[in-house]
Amino acid sequence: MSLHEIIFIILSVVSIVTALGVIISKNPVNSVLSLIVLFFSITCHYVMLNAQFLAIVNFIVYMGAIMVLFLFVIMLLNLNSELEPQKRNWLKYAGAVSGGALLLVITGILRSASMASLDMNTASDIGLIKNLGNVLFKQYVVPFEISSILFLSAMIGAVVLGKKD
Amino acid sequence: MPVQYYIFLSIALFCIGVMGVLIRRNAIIIFMCIELMLNAVNLLLVAFSKMWVDAGRTDAASAQLFVFFVMVVAAAEVTVGLAVIVMMYRNSHSVDINILNRLKN
Repeated sequence: MSLHEIIFIILSVVSIVTALGVIISKNPVNSVLSLIVLFFSITCHYVMLNAQFLAIVNFIVYMGAIMVLFLFVIMLLNLNSELEPQKRNWLKYAGAVSGGALLLVITGILRSASMASLDMNTASDIGLIKNLGNVLFKQYVVPFEISSILFLSAMIGAVVLGKKD
Repeated sequence: MPVQYYIFLSIALFCIGVMGVLIRRNAIIIFMCIELMLNAVNLLLVAFSKMWVDAGRTDAASAQLFVFFVMVVAAAEVTVGLAVIVMMYRNSHSVDINILNRLKN
């Protein structure tokens, strides 16, 4: 077993355990903290897959901004495990069974698919900021501008919703 | 290393996200599970980008830019969604999504 596979297995175990922690833990603060660890492991996956720029963006935007926003809202609303609304037990089992069934079906479909294998020993500069910037501002400049309008409307929407009326 | 490893990891994370949406009632946790699903898809796109690079394609950077746009949309979604949740809490003092049933009437 090569070094890459060992690192992959460790990171995957961390990812799946923390993902289960997100949906199982009673206290919402613990859920957010497990989600942060999950995003960190996904960042490590990005580094392994030669996506350096995305790794940094994931680190800063997801772990730094979005999760802090979640944590901030949870602490602002003062949520804890006593106030946590619980579903009825049979609904929980039904949800878990349907999720597991989805997992089984997609795994069963893709198990026999033949795909190329990844060459982890060669490094490419495809994920560097220079390369991505070239593609972004040459090929994808219209979606880029549209996403700025999306941000503007999201900002206005958040302010309008959050305003006390 | 086969690309299937990454596919199965992404499927597992996605299905855990689906399960979380189905079994929880706290609106914030449901929101976090949606983020989890988006990240599973992002991981898959990056793995496919790496696969195309190894196959010698020159346009493999597009997949990574899709991930970038998914992150942009997710950030916008989180701002509006959390504003909605805070407003819901202000009106009903709970983040239970079953309270939203009263939107029916």
